[in-house]
Amino acid sequence: MSRYIPATAEERRRMLEYLGADSMDTLFSGIPEKVRQKNPPRLPDPLSEPEMVRDLRVLAGRNRNADDLPCFLGAGVYDHFIPAAVDSIVSRGEFTTSYTPYQPEVAQGTLQSIFQYQTMVCELTGMEISNASMYDGATAAAEAAVLAASSTKRKKILWGRNVNPQTREVLKTYCWSRNLEFGELPAENGRIDHAALEKMLAGGDTAALVVQSPNFFGNIEDLKTLGEAVHGAGGLFIVSTDLLALGILEAPGKLGADIVVGDGQSVGNPMNFGGPAFGFIAVNKPLMRKMPGRICGQTVDGKGRRTFVLTLQAREQHIRREKATSNICSNQNLCIVAASVYLSLMGPGGLRETGEQILAKTAYTVDQLEKTGKFRRAFNGVPSFRETVLLCDEPVADLNRRLLDAGIIGGYELEPEYPRLKNGWLVAVTENRTKEEIDRLAAVAGGDA
Amino acid sequence: MSRPMETLFEASRAGRVGYALPPLDVPGVDCGEALQGACRENAPRLPEMAEVDVIRHFTGLSRMNYSVDEGFYPLGSCTMKYNPKINEAAARMPGFSRIHPLQPEETVQGALELMYILSDMLAEITGMDAVTLQPAAGAHGEQTGLMMIKAWHESRGDTKRTKIIVPDSAHGTNPASASVTGFDAVEVASDEEGMVDLEALRALMDDTVAGLMLTNPNTLGIFEKHILELTETVHRGGGLVYYDGANANAIMGKARPGDMGFDVLHLNLHKTFSTPHGGGGPGSGAVGVKAELEPFLPAPVIVKKGDRFGLERLKDRPRSIGRVRSFFGNFGVLVRAYTYIRTLGAAGIVEASEMAVLNANYLAKKLSSLYPLAHKGWCMHEFVLNGGPLKHETGVSSLDVAKALIDAGYHPPTVYFPLIVPEALMVEPTETESRETLDRFAEAMEAIAAKARKEGPEAFHDLPVTTPVSRPDETTAARNPILRWQFDENS
Repeated sequence: MSRYIPATAEERRRMLEYLGADSMDTLFSGIPEKVRQKNPPRLPDPLSEPEMVRDLRVLAGRNRNADDLPCFLGAGVYDHFIPAAVDSIVSRGEFTTSYTPYQPEVAQGTLQSIFQYQTMVCELTGMEISNASMYDGATAAAEAAVLAASSTKRKKILWGRNVNPQTREVLKTYCWSRNLEFGELPAENGRIDHAALEKMLAGGDTAALVVQSPNFFGNIEDLKTLGEAVHGAGGLFIVSTDLLALGILEAPGKLGADIVVGDGQSVGNPMNFGGPAFGFIAVNKPLMRKMPGRICGQTVDGKGRRTFVLTLQAREQHIRREKATSNICSNQNLCIVAASVYLSLMGPGGLRETGEQILAKTAYTVDQLEKTGKFRRAFNGVPSFRETVLLCDEPVADLNRRLLDAGIIGGYELEPEYPRLKNGWLVAVTENRTKEEIDRLAAVAGGDA
Repeated sequence: MSRPMETLFEASRAGRVGYALPPLDVPGVDCGEALQGACRENAPRLPEMAEVDVIRHFTGLSRMNYSVDEGFYPLGSCTMKYNPKINEAAARMPGFSRIHPLQPEETVQGALELMYILSDMLAEITGMDAVTLQPAAGAHGEQTGLMMIKAWHESRGDTKRTKIIVPDSAHGTNPASASVTGFDAVEVASDEEGMVDLEALRALMDDTVAGLMLTNPNTLGIFEKHILELTETVHRGGGLVYYDGANANAIMGKARPGDMGFDVLHLNLHKTFSTPHGGGGPGSGAVGVKAELEPFLPAPVIVKKGDRFGLERLKDRPRSIGRVRSFFGNFGVLVRAYTYIRTLGAAGIVEASEMAVLNANYLAKKLSSLYPLAHKGWCMHEFVLNGGPLKHETGVSSLDVAKALIDAGYHPPTVYFPLIVPEALMVEPTETESRETLDRFAEAMEAIAAKARKEGPEAFHDLPVTTPVSRPDETTAARNPILRWQFDENS
């Protein structure tokens, strides 16, 4: 008998007796005979907890993890430090085992957390309104594109080739399913090619331009100019960014963004093999009632006390059904609680210091690698954050294999996705990397170790 | 429960810190120089707090939440079963939580194997041929499944199928998912028993229908007795049938959607497979398909070659609908679901559904003297009470009953859903509750009905009173939205 079910055999018998049912099967008699399952599912035997732990240790042991190997891989997921206090809070059953806050009187903890999270996203992005979260950065960008199309009543979405390939794949899927068109902009010296953009905007049919900054190569885009260009053509400006980077980078809301999206893994969420973390989306007032997903608002209760509720629900599926602005309901709530704890611990100073350390460590890493004579920067004179593209003397697959043999997770191999970046290597350096680890990376990569 | 709390922004004191970074061990750089003017001008107004302040703040917030760990949560269609603790420990193992999704395949064999086995087990439980774990939630699974239906029709050059049929008893996500996938949602009526009206479906079925979405057992908690006729009607008309797995907790080991004629389905791992709901996610909406839809699955697909696990990427899968989420989905949720199914095994999976159905019928009978049941005969894992007569007799609505239940120490059932039952109270006890819990809940419901008859609606208007706040003014919240903390600009 399962340890998760309290009812004893005797209790089950009595409950059946109370119901006047001969057996469990009687209760399932509503299932037509023809579809009734004859045999139990073929599944492995049940495991006791000690056996389960052993099984999990074997599987986990077949993965090499960033506790053991310094990780210079980024490309959308980053090995940032997470204080123990974060997991201490998100492990609390009151946060973990509660449902969506549809009964606000018994969910003020979750609701206030969402409200505070929304505020922090607004502060970081420079926007007026944030929702309660999206599945991830890629779907947030796709939903933003859909929002822009519905708001401008246009069908074409443009984005740079230097937007994260995972995000671009999701954008393509959503565009296909919503009957939207898209165009991809080439990059010039690692950033959006302005001349190509002007040309593509000339048709006057662009609903939105999606720009990532820092982009997939780590480079910071000239958001102000790009925003002016798309606004001049009557389209909306969608900026995909990173919450941790915004501790040090100018808020996209100050640079003309109409919608700001991105992935929030970098603030307080483990890498988790790519999930769960969360996506964020923020807009200004004109787009408020078109926003996808849940939004928490402040109000008062019958006694005038400050109270938080889910609001503007007339946009949502459980009220509007087929007329909803999106079908999203479950989002990534626990991950935004983690982000809120992280951001509260760090504060503006901690985020700033983290950003500065990343700048310094990235610069040091690039210097050390260049000194080996085997690497050079792919892009020159362009500011970047956390990630840099280096061109190597040897195929990146070979280089990464050598690094792995030396106990280092190397950077991302760009050439399969970007053939023009021959032997291109995207190296991520977070505040978690030490000088010693960076020196070892340079030594192995340079062939001295 | 505690009192309303000050916000982080009120608690913040300039100069406090809750972190410590190691001293910088490489030469510093000038931010303005490095970023060439992309530097932030004004610092974000994030809270400034010491660690103890942060912990007390969030611990205080947590105490304002009701949770499964605290008590009974009979929220219909949400399957708020107990979430085993070993699942949490599993997801936190560094070998799962500290791995990067783009690491070389040979360094993540355990993660790929876990997902491969989980997909297999889910396929076996549901009778489908292949499963993707990429969708992040139930609605995302619906969207993914509908995209595959769309792609399947397109691949046959059949472009006039623009409609998805959805029962009037369906979850709101069904019509919304149809819309966001570019379909028109068309409603099919329920018959007087609460099942899909077969004749009405036949009348709707033509060559503009891409498919039917169905929850079975449906939202009244009853199994569609004409299920084979329903799926056959759609197939004969050239459509495909989608199974919304929100209610799959009723049928594990008892019936498989794959044997009922369904072509594609999603499962909510955060319902049926015990991963915690987290106050609104992260969930996982794994999608299963029959072989004919397998080529359309989102990429990448995890494959086994010999004793190694690898990935088939988008470029190797030309008919794939593409990617619906970054990487592999909510992997941490998948670890929990894997652990749950391995812990239970076949016997435990069947037992879970049996006890879910036994508990539901037991509680339904206990409550049937107070409220008419919306179903006849046995229910499956949940049931719907009709709160209409009580309201008619006493003026006390189902919302009032829900709020009174909060004061009695319970999370209320789902109210006002499904839409086809007036004043609906939808109750799903799940298998993890004991008989005493069900008995006490029934007593609380009796006491509330007695109070309604004796004291009338006025006695309910101010409920709940035991919570940090009482009923919020939702009208003001929507009319004059305050969606973020308002800083005092003068301070």
